[in-house]
Amino acid sequence: MKILVCLKQVPQKDAPLKLNEAGAWIREDVSYEVNEPDAYALEEALRQKEKHGGEVVVITAGPARAQQVLREALAKGADRAIHLEDAAFVSLDAINIARAFAAAIKDETFDLIFTGLQSDDYGYAQTGVILAELLGWPHATIIMHIEKQDSGIRVKRELEAGYFQYVDIPLPAVLTIQSGINKLRYATLIGIKQAKNKPLRKIGLSEVQSAIGGNQIKIEKLYVPQKSKKTEMIEGAPAEIAKKIVDHLRNDVRVL
Amino acid sequence: MPETILVVAEQHAGKLNRVSWETVAGAQAIAAEMGWQVEAALAGNGIAAAAAELAGKKVGKVYAVESPALADYTPDGFAAALKQFITDKKPHLVLMPHTYQVRDFAPKLATSLGRCLIPDCIGYKKDGNRLLFTRQMFQGKFAADVSFAGEPPYFATFQNGAFRGDKAEAGSAPAPVETITAKVDAAAIRTKPHEWFKEAKQAVDLTQAEIIVSVGRGIKEQKNIDLAKQLADSLGGELAASRPICDSGWLPMDRQVGSSGQTVAPKLYLALGISGAIQRIVGMKGSRTIIAVNKDAEAPIFEIADYGVVGNLFDVVPALIEEVKKAKS
Ligand SMILES: Cc1cc2nc3c(=O)[nH]c(=O)nc-3n(C[C@H](O)[C@H](O)[C@H](O)COP(=O)(O)OP(=O)(O)OC[C@H]3O[C@@H](n4cnc5c(N)ncnc54)[C@H](O)[C@@H]3O)c2cc1C
Repeated sequence: MKILVCLKQVPQKDAPLKLNEAGAWIREDVSYEVNEPDAYALEEALRQKEKHGGEVVVITAGPARAQQVLREALAKGADRAIHLEDAAFVSLDAINIARAFAAAIKDETFDLIFTGLQSDDYGYAQTGVILAELLGWPHATIIMHIEKQDSGIRVKRELEAGYFQYVDIPLPAVLTIQSGINKLRYATLIGIKQAKNKPLRKIGLSEVQSAIGGNQIKIEKLYVPQKSKKTEMIEGAPAEIAKKIVDHLRNDVRVL
Repeated sequence: MPETILVVAEQHAGKLNRVSWETVAGAQAIAAEMGWQVEAALAGNGIAAAAAELAGKKVGKVYAVESPALADYTPDGFAAALKQFITDKKPHLVLMPHTYQVRDFAPKLATSLGRCLIPDCIGYKKDGNRLLFTRQMFQGKFAADVSFAGEPPYFATFQNGAFRGDKAEAGSAPAPVETITAKVDAAAIRTKPHEWFKEAKQAVDLTQAEIIVSVGRGIKEQKNIDLAKQLADSLGGELAASRPICDSGWLPMDRQVGSSGQTVAPKLYLALGISGAIQRIVGMKGSRTIIAVNKDAEAPIFEIADYGVVGNLFDVVPALIEEVKKAKS
């Protein structure tokens, strides 16, 4: 199976984020990492390749720094990478990112495309589904298991409130992958070494520009949300904090 | 003619998903402020009763978009039926609840009409003649006001809890229900869905617990879970966890709280090293008292906590265990 995995670089989970001066985006001087569900998507692609053979290709759109997520993927076992390199990709809306991906892979023939089910920065949760529609492929979202069948695949979709559902899908198809579908691997030293010689194709904004339209959704303002609930903050040394909490548990919450 | 907001409600096996009321309430509020009108649609097969239930709310009209090919939900079927319907009715704004099902077909539907939807909104703002949608960004650390550019129809989805479903206004008389036969070619539906199921029966029923001590990724390592366990034991409560903890296998799945886990409402919910992502919060916001310990003062969990401690859980929890033991002896 030939599988494309879409990876996104996002600020690290614990990174302290600050607004930029325009109040329209964050200050970019933070540490980045691969979007968590995308890491699971890559792992799943590698496992499918190990079982059924084929090729794993990774793609990302973003400035030069985003190359890091491709390098890591190559070190973990992906065969080659595509980098849509331009800072402008960061501010495209979901349909335009999907259009850029579709344009970048128009000469390829994949059986499957994986994306994470949503990103930790925008959280739009739609790039994969849009890409499927643009390519004219079927899709399934929030996937927790994939099994190859004689024709197509059977996937396990996570539903709300603890329910699941199997769905049969013909190939080619797009799947959005849920965190926890598998156990992530680490890159090995040999892998990191080999990654240096793997192909990484760069595509500039101008090469996909004709596929992209104006953004249809526009972030007017980014801000720290106002608190609606009054949280009583408990301060002091740990022992004092513990005493105050126990007081509340006894007198207000009444569970002691 | 005022502009129309179309609410696409959700049903499963003919039963209305209650979260649809929240979207109706949101649409009514927007309509009142903008001078627009609300209509509702429901797609499926054999959905007359659910459509009639929708018609009890203050909406101009309810459309039951029916076809035998819509009996089971598929993204191909639902997107095709709603695309026809929306092309025909030309609503200005289409609103839906941000459910797993809507996540599955709404981006496809919007794309098929050349549109990009604003997903997972928590509210709206009127800005002159413009309508802005508010949504969380960066896992709730920031909020953004987002506008639509280009031509209608516009599509947006609302996060679970964005509006109060019980505030959806009832109509003085039932709204007219029109049944529309969708032309969906069953052969063009490419995916074959199977029955819903649950995994093996859960061994732990967190819904009955009065006290829950819940750990998140701030616990750092599997061996530290024991610290939280000690606190839970000293309080006579149950141990629960966020999804990443269960994904890692540090605690079994049946201890997970959230949209894909259990929904709990104990007297006391103690959150240790949990950021407070929405998928988590929907599972525990009904708790009577929430106490959060998090080293990050900006963590979204403090938005819903009654008591908050900004600090290292590895300092606070041992002291708390001591103090609880003292209080109990
Ligand atoms: C479709 C879908 C369904 C989901 N369903 C669920 C669900 O059912 N349940 C669920 O929980 N999640 C669910 N999630 C995942 C959810 O979005 C979050 O990713 C998850 O809840 C985050 O878990 P966390 O708070 O433990 O980790 P993080 O977000 O990584 O937060 C860790 C927190 O610990 C704090 N911390 C770190 N070290 C310390 C320390 N020493 N002392 C004190 N604090 C510390 C940090 O400041 C941080 O706030 C779902 C996601 C999706 C997309």
